[in-house]
Amino acid sequence: MSIGATHEQALTPAAPTGAVIHPLWVRVTHWVNAVAMVIMIGSGWQIYNASPLFAFLFPPEITLGGWLAGALLWHFAAMWLLAVNGLVYLVLGIATGRFRRKLVPIRPSEVLADTKAAFTGRLVYDDLSVYNAVQKLLYLGVILAGIVIVLSGLAIWKPVQLQELTAVFGGYDAARYVHFFAMAAIVGFFVLHVVMALLVPKSLRAMIIGR
Amino acid sequence: MSRIRKNPAGVDPELLVKDAAKLMPEPTRRLFLRGGASLGALAFLTGCDIVDSASAEHVLMKISYFNDRAQAWLFNPNKLAPTYPDSAVRRPFPFNAYYPEEDAPEVDKDDYKLEVGGLVDNKKSWTLDELYALPQETQITRLVCVEGWSAIGKWTGTPLREFLRRVGADTRAKYVWFRCAEGYSTSIDMPTALHPQTQMTFKFDGEILPRKYGFPMKVRMPTKLGFKNPKYVMEMAVTDKYLGGYWEDQGYNWFSGI
Repeated sequence: MSIGATHEQALTPAAPTGAVIHPLWVRVTHWVNAVAMVIMIGSGWQIYNASPLFAFLFPPEITLGGWLAGALLWHFAAMWLLAVNGLVYLVLGIATGRFRRKLVPIRPSEVLADTKAAFTGRLVYDDLSVYNAVQKLLYLGVILAGIVIVLSGLAIWKPVQLQELTAVFGGYDAARYVHFFAMAAIVGFFVLHVVMALLVPKSLRAMIIGR
Repeated sequence: MSRIRKNPAGVDPELLVKDAAKLMPEPTRRLFLRGGASLGALAFLTGCDIVDSASAEHVLMKISYFNDRAQAWLFNPNKLAPTYPDSAVRRPFPFNAYYPEEDAPEVDKDDYKLEVGGLVDNKKSWTLDELYALPQETQITRLVCVEGWSAIGKWTGTPLREFLRRVGADTRAKYVWFRCAEGYSTSIDMPTALHPQTQMTFKFDGEILPRKYGFPMKVRMPTKLGFKNPKYVMEMAVTDKYLGGYWEDQGYNWFSGI
């Protein structure tokens, strides 16, 4: 085990049973985000179908809204939930030092070692309060994808009023692709995240009751 | 949205209503949303069907009205839409409507008179020659469709604010409403009507506006989605009354600013 990890564990009280792993604000923002994301993605797929970027459509059964107008109503309602909740999460994550404690540093060598361990079934989750390097990378990655999806969404929504932002993404049409790929990254994360939560049920419990 | 249909030039209002009804999602014409399967994702997440379609729609429309106000607040009357070089113009420019191109209305140029009503000093109608005599400007801007695609076009015509000034419009009024030859209608907020790039358009790409792009007149506003840019405009009214519009009444966001 690396010095970094040891050091980190030394700073984090060695969670005896009963210690809070996820404070209330993490749990609340996590589940609000889950609901907002499902609505945004389901309605976003319906919106995509109105003018697809690639040679496929999302099956209507897994989309939200019924038709374009309905999907847009959902999308532009849930965006407030997603953005406000996301902002609260980011501010508290930075202000409380949780991001700094839990998500960094990420060392490439550790990522490689932990990835190998994961695929050979040797990665253990004995202490839920400490993230392994793969977890850190994925959690930080999905936070970044969340930021990108909100910003690219704003760029598509307001390519005149927020034209400077749209220009950052390479213009209106390019911003649509960025928005799509950020969605794809989040959906990819979501699938892996749910599988892992089911494989390690105590992690799901911790995200509900905190310990 | 380009699914349907059929609007002969001599518009039969009853037929038109029937046509409009056909555009609504089949099983629930009165509802914008469909319950059941379309809410599958939510039901999956919560393990129960928490959302009843009618009340969900009510809440969503409330949020849509809130979004109208949020967008009006965000709208900067002095911010210009980006403009592009002539080489960026999409040729041919896509035709888009809720009916096929051959069913686009045919407006007779000699009979045409733009009706002007509501809160204006001078309600006289305008012939095409009178309209063509107004000062004109050209813009090359991006049209963004509510469906997501976009295309850059070149439109020439008279700034709407110049026309509103000439007819003595009360610019403290809330809305400008447009009625079109095929029965389409839409309405916009006064700040957008007074935006320097909001234009009564008579030409596309240097040619007299062809039938498919809205002959004899469309209203171009690069600060709103495409469906807010009415074609075949027959009548315009300045009003304080909210009159919605063809798509807006079916659940599309009214302000639809970009």
